[in-house]
Amino acid sequence: MPMNDQGRPSRPATTTDAAAPRGTFTGNRALQLEEALLFEVGRPEVTGVDLPEPQGRRPRLGGLARKAALDLPGLSEPEAMRHYVRLSQKNWSIDAGLYPLGSCTMKHNPRLGEKMARLPGFADVHPLQPVSTVAGALDLVAELGRWLTELTGMAAVAMSPKAGAHGELAGMLAIRAALKARGLVKPVVLVPESAHGTNPATAAFAGFRVKPVPARADGTVSVDDVKAAIDDEVGAIMLTNPNTCGIFEPEVAAIAEAIHAVGGYFYCDGANFNAIVGKVRPGDFGVDAMHINLHKTFSTPHGGGGPGAGPVVLSERLAPFAPLPFVRMVDGAPVLVETAAGTADGETPFGRLAAFHGQMGMFVRALAYILSHGADGLRQASQDAVTAANYVRACLSDVMTLPFPDHPSMHEVLFDDHFLEGTGVSTLDFAKAMIDEGYHPMTMYFPLVVHGAMLIEPTESESKASLDLFCATLRDLVFAATGGDVERFTGAPRFSPRRRLDETRAARAPKLKWEKPAAAE
Amino acid sequence: MRYHPLTDADRADMLARIGVPHVDALYADVPADQLLPGVLDLPKGRGELDVERLMGRMAAKNIVAGDVPFFVGAGAYRHHVPATVDHLIQRSEFLTSYTPYQPEIAQGTLQVLFEFQTQVANLLGMEVANASMYDGSTATGEAVLMAHRVTGRKKAVLSGGLHPHYAGVVDTLSEAAGDAVVALAPDPTGTEDILAAIDAETSCVVVQSPSVFGHLIDLAPIAEKAHAVGALLVAVVTEVVSLGAIEPPGAQGADIVVAEGQSLGNPIGFGGPYVGLFATKKKFVRQMPGRLAGETVDADGRRGFVLTLSTREQHIRREKATSNICTNSGLCALAFSIHLSLLGETGLRRLALLNHEAALELADSLAALPGVEVLGDTLFNEFTIRVPGDAAALVEKLAAKRILAGVPVSRLLPGAGLDDLLIVAVTETTTRDDRAALVAALRAAL
Repeated sequence: MPMNDQGRPSRPATTTDAAAPRGTFTGNRALQLEEALLFEVGRPEVTGVDLPEPQGRRPRLGGLARKAALDLPGLSEPEAMRHYVRLSQKNWSIDAGLYPLGSCTMKHNPRLGEKMARLPGFADVHPLQPVSTVAGALDLVAELGRWLTELTGMAAVAMSPKAGAHGELAGMLAIRAALKARGLVKPVVLVPESAHGTNPATAAFAGFRVKPVPARADGTVSVDDVKAAIDDEVGAIMLTNPNTCGIFEPEVAAIAEAIHAVGGYFYCDGANFNAIVGKVRPGDFGVDAMHINLHKTFSTPHGGGGPGAGPVVLSERLAPFAPLPFVRMVDGAPVLVETAAGTADGETPFGRLAAFHGQMGMFVRALAYILSHGADGLRQASQDAVTAANYVRACLSDVMTLPFPDHPSMHEVLFDDHFLEGTGVSTLDFAKAMIDEGYHPMTMYFPLVVHGAMLIEPTESESKASLDLFCATLRDLVFAATGGDVERFTGAPRFSPRRRLDETRAARAPKLKWEKPAAAE
Repeated sequence: MRYHPLTDADRADMLARIGVPHVDALYADVPADQLLPGVLDLPKGRGELDVERLMGRMAAKNIVAGDVPFFVGAGAYRHHVPATVDHLIQRSEFLTSYTPYQPEIAQGTLQVLFEFQTQVANLLGMEVANASMYDGSTATGEAVLMAHRVTGRKKAVLSGGLHPHYAGVVDTLSEAAGDAVVALAPDPTGTEDILAAIDAETSCVVVQSPSVFGHLIDLAPIAEKAHAVGALLVAVVTEVVSLGAIEPPGAQGADIVVAEGQSLGNPIGFGGPYVGLFATKKKFVRQMPGRLAGETVDADGRRGFVLTLSTREQHIRREKATSNICTNSGLCALAFSIHLSLLGETGLRRLALLNHEAALELADSLAALPGVEVLGDTLFNEFTIRVPGDAAALVEKLAAKRILAGVPVSRLLPGAGLDDLLIVAVTETTTRDDRAALVAALRAAL
């Protein structure tokens, strides 16, 4: 009997299920088309690219000409189109429907960004062509940087980090360099238990030791707990604000003061900046460094898991340590500094985090989004995101359970699994049943400080009608669970391209690559 | 605002349902003196037409590679990308989906990643590849950290042919971790003796081939020496099209292979986003950073794919994770994968050959110019020339004539005494006329 990823046997749909799939010859179900692997449909002698005949020059490869097989099948253009279109149809997307993944911010991705990013003046420009030939590219980097520093109330920005976690690394390395420059040995970083896993991982990556800070019963971090944890070795705190429970930390300014008082720095995880753009500036509550996930707050497409972009804004105290390369403004014109040799007095970059200048394609999309919104639209977007989350909360809090009812939610609302107690339905089952209803599930089991967490981020992109139907659906599911219809959950999903997948099996004997079946040898 | 479905009436209804008089009541936890009273003094929103005009003006200030004779490489290469690639990556379901956390409704992304991993492993000649990294440079930094974990040693040896930006990333990460780096002097002729730098404390040797100066490096003897002292060979490839013509690092004994995958499917785009390739041997897979897709079955016994071996990763292991990386470069990996499936091995081999032949032709023409010397005996689609005088000044002079001649070595290595060297890249996108224009302009300038 097949097992699901919780180690629980999961049965195929029963015959009493009216919608049980009838077997078909092809395995297809109307619009749900099965698609074999590239290596099963492609052939080595086929190519979908017409190229001219080589001239037959004598190669100059120094005896290193390829002898090894390539084992790369080719597809003609129509075959490629069909292969990838069919695969695409097995994916959920924000364009298709509500995608309430808390902390991930799945909101509308304007296509203007795609159009702008494909302008040859941005897409077909090389990072190492002469600086004199890329004035517009530097203008764009500088203009986006100006918006980011103004919106956050910070002194400077490092644009090169390639994703949020990479931005965290940039910020923590700047802090490390600043401590070192001041002759301080403070190798410990405070990280609340509610933090995203990248925070402690980044701190360790940057050469710090991690000391956890507990979360209070109301989902926030207490300045007293922070003060109690601070000793001579503590050089920084990494705090997410608004935090991973979807709450604005009420004592954030006092926490910043406490860490500053001992000569340390405040790293703010900016993953949830989208709740507060134009409402409050992180620089005003004492932040020294904060990354901005352009793919969240400024809605560059998530692309199935990247690419993102993670510029990090820096306070006056950390600005000198920004990594190479950076853009310096001289008489209103951007100047590119790429190497230590190009630095001026007072610029002491900690090093280099990546080749070239950062995620330019994402900068273009983010700037298109920002210019379209303007200061007024950005503020409205934050307010609408916060309103939507609190509206969902208001519509569901009588049937689902809030672990932290004492604070308003920001852009996302956190429920726990208390309301499922004794039903035989877990958070995972509940989420899988949402799939059958035509919704992507919310973030599950994060943050870790809440039992069976369900973190819902509806975003400002949903109409009221969309939110109403979503809430009505969740209410129906709650009543089904508490009413004893357990099978609707444990057997879910039924209507998706695949039913629950056996993750234990995948990890036990990993198959990470297609291998030719033995019979075909 | 065109992206906001809520009307003021909706907002009022919703706030009433929530039970607050004003949206600011929801910001009650923000200290009152920090809550901004109104809209920041920055430009207001604009319609599409306005934004297009504004951004179009910025774009127009740059010289576009496709408009001029273009020979700039050194880690990013301008290739022709089939129209199909750009169409497919803009499918909503690929473009606007998240990391495949719910595999039942993300099989498209997951199967693509599984196919990508297989293509990358086969291309690099390795047993296993991950679902991609940010880019080639960060993949190289991660490879060095992984080699330290595998060997329990802390000293990396970097070839003088490694891209200086990549060496910079390794330096930064190693400094943070308290690890040692032995960086050999720049090797513009492809003749360094790296074997002499390998000793019993070496955790890994990092060698790029083709090198940043364009030379092909025979990795086999380096692998042999490294393995003899218990060290790993980390091979770096910044131009993956070369692998259609030259022996893959896996076949030459590399233990970890990292590469910049931009050349396939992705534009040069002023430096990003790109896609890092990362491959290794099966026995090291649990020390590998980054996401992995694996095959399994669903509850009905049908083949499907999931993210797997996540116990290496930050969301489970927190400060003990193999890396802090949280995503991959999904859409760029998709573009890479589609382009490579369109090429297939037949197309890739031919593409590689066309690149090589075009570069040979230009190298020979340039070598014939008085005062110009082509360094080294081997090349793929890029090579280094010595010019009389300052290469950067020469590049500027030619840029003024709308010819982008290459990357002066001094741009990457200022103060290294290599100011007379120029790195020249040639791909299938350069025409015979482009090459003739460069030769003529150089002849006139020198």
